Amino acid sequence: MLKTFARATTPFIHIAKQGFPRSVSSIPISQSDTTKYGGKFTATLIPGDGIGQETAAAVKTIFKAANVPIEWDQLDVTGYTQEGDILFKQSIESIRRNKVALKGILYTPISKLGHQSFNVTIRRDLDIYASLVLIKNIKGYPTRHTNVDFAIIRENTEGEYTGLEHQSFPGVVESLKIVTRTKTERIARFAFDFALKNNRKKVTCVHKANIMKLGDGLFLNTCREVAEDYKAAGIQFDDMIVDNCSMQLVSKPQQFDVMVMPNLYGNIVSNVGAALVGGPGIIPGANIGREYALFEPGCRHVGKDIQGHNTANPTALILSGVMMLHHLGLDDYANRIHNAVKQTIKRGSAKTPDMGGTSTTTNFTLAVISNL
Amino acid sequence: MFRSRSLSLFKSLSLSNSIGLRSFASAAPPITEAFYAKPNANGNYLVTLIPGDGIGPEISESVKRIYGAAEVPIEWEPVNVTPVIKKGKTVIPEEALISVKKNTVALKGPLATPIGKGHVSLNLTLRRTFDLFANVRPCKSIVGYKTPYDDVNTVLIRENTEGEYSGIEHTVVDGVVQSIKLITKEASDRCARYAFTYSKDIGRNRVTAIHKANIMKLSDGLFLDSCQEVAKEFPEIEFDDMLLDRACLHIVQDPARFSDTVMVMPNLYGDILSDMCAGLIGGLGLTPSGNIGKDASIFEAVHGTAPDIAGKDLANPTALLLSSIMMLRHMRLYTFADKIETAVLSTIAEGKCLTRDLGGSATNTEFTNHIITKLK
Repeated sequence: MLKTFARATTPFIHIAKQGFPRSVSSIPISQSDTTKYGGKFTATLIPGDGIGQETAAAVKTIFKAANVPIEWDQLDVTGYTQEGDILFKQSIESIRRNKVALKGILYTPISKLGHQSFNVTIRRDLDIYASLVLIKNIKGYPTRHTNVDFAIIRENTEGEYTGLEHQSFPGVVESLKIVTRTKTERIARFAFDFALKNNRKKVTCVHKANIMKLGDGLFLNTCREVAEDYKAAGIQFDDMIVDNCSMQLVSKPQQFDVMVMPNLYGNIVSNVGAALVGGPGIIPGANIGREYALFEPGCRHVGKDIQGHNTANPTALILSGVMMLHHLGLDDYANRIHNAVKQTIKRGSAKTPDMGGTSTTTNFTLAVISNL
Repeated sequence: MFRSRSLSLFKSLSLSNSIGLRSFASAAPPITEAFYAKPNANGNYLVTLIPGDGIGPEISESVKRIYGAAEVPIEWEPVNVTPVIKKGKTVIPEEALISVKKNTVALKGPLATPIGKGHVSLNLTLRRTFDLFANVRPCKSIVGYKTPYDDVNTVLIRENTEGEYSGIEHTVVDGVVQSIKLITKEASDRCARYAFTYSKDIGRNRVTAIHKANIMKLSDGLFLDSCQEVAKEFPEIEFDDMLLDRACLHIVQDPARFSDTVMVMPNLYGDILSDMCAGLIGGLGLTPSGNIGKDASIFEAVHGTAPDIAGKDLANPTALLLSSIMMLRHMRLYTFADKIETAVLSTIAEGKCLTRDLGGSATNTEFTNHIITKLK
């Protein structure tokens, strides 16, 4: 049964071989189908709401200074709008065309009358099923925990985010969480392939199968079956209940290596993880599908509270951009920019407020450029 | 105090009257969870004691000894809750049921869920039997037990009866499963109402609803709406809300910003966040828990039964002690609660006589004795 599913992650394997073990940079490349004219790639850029414009400006400036051969197809779509937004449809078309995108986070209204999350819709419509977030201490930015280094792999297209809900009687609401073997298998394989190609030793499945015996049970059992295929390669497998996992994360985060989980738990774990190593401002993220790849900050916060103050930390979006460059095979550019960011944070002279400094987004950006 | 309480009771009654026809939220009268039992002829309150399994009996004994030494006006009524199968259903024995119903408060050690088919978890059975709708989980940094966090003081209230734990699941076709998260206005209302009441009782001026209503617009939206509606009955208490992911981030990054609020949330989020907060201060061995119901309230240690150290006098009774202190406050025995709490916390802060899990070498008996000397 399991074998019937096409190995969506195959391209990933090649890529990571040339990749950089155990770093943000070890992201796959499948450049064959990306748009490239006149030696330049075209990538969709969706700055997003909140701090999106500021951080996207930082990325554009740095990429330009580093002469990165990328042309942006920028779409200033916003979530503060109604359903059926034309610009939003255009941005999905743009990603279909370019195959790669760098994206900030779009606001989602809480109101029942508001539209469904654009962020979720993009991932679901384009079947960008695997979210990868790396949680690692950054040199020069000490936090309460040290030696934290783990990867969170999150199913991106089903689970609690289906949007299937109904009111069966006034005051009684049901939300459907969907778990399928097919989608679980491919996310599990993605996790194990990632572990294999990045010299990681262990994959931990995070679940609540003691309560959701069928739903999370299917997720856990599928992961177990996939784990059998990777036993010979020396990848260990274990599982942890999500409540215990969140407790372990804040007390002994060093025990984790690669974690794979359904959608909602990924939302929780990536934010707990980010908090361990310094917050959402420094955590990049990649979302990989079979055809499209979308790079966006790993914690997916809009950051409306600090919008327009020029205080946002652009590191998360810059490093997401770095991951995108690796994905496109532009490793030299990627490494150059990544090192410049690392140097900037290590030297500590241009820290933004979230890192305990007083620097502006602009100053941080200029410091990165001077370190190129 | 009494006046404002009856006023809010009146308000909520009239509120449910006005919407009585349209919803069944008015089926149960609000705020009946307050403790109202009377002391017996000796001036003592009867409290059901469920010692539990594994280390349960040892740590229950510690609590009894400390309460004896502190002369708390409580008489314990120990009961056995080993489940029996009655007409194919897991139920707790009649004797235990009657005891808890009569006393309306119980203190419970850890219980092992028997492995094997057909057994629903005992905790779940207790929760259903007594309709324990709100789980209260405070977490406060303990001086003397060092963790990366020393400024934690969170209070979290978890809806305990529905949500993701509805148990409604089915396989649509092979390999496709639907799990249903059930949110009702009735359960959300009473949980929210308890959160506001509790916030007032412990002197916090804010309630924060944690939700994911941007994604689950109807279900978490209903929970959020209920909280907003109930908030109107408590104008003196501030109300705000926060997305689940943001809450995770902020609690772990800067727990101090939650020191003045009571968080209230649906079942699964509460499960995850309460254990996460416990992790911040050193684990489940140091955190109390209370389950508030309409007919009875059960205070419990949420850690495991630790069969590996059971019977060896090595267990740490702190979680059960702290839970019992919550119980005393629920019973409005505030002076006894303060006295015992000071004794327990100062024993840990001193660091001279600690059990192994706290980094010491003392036995449970020595630790308990030390607390007793502090009472004098």
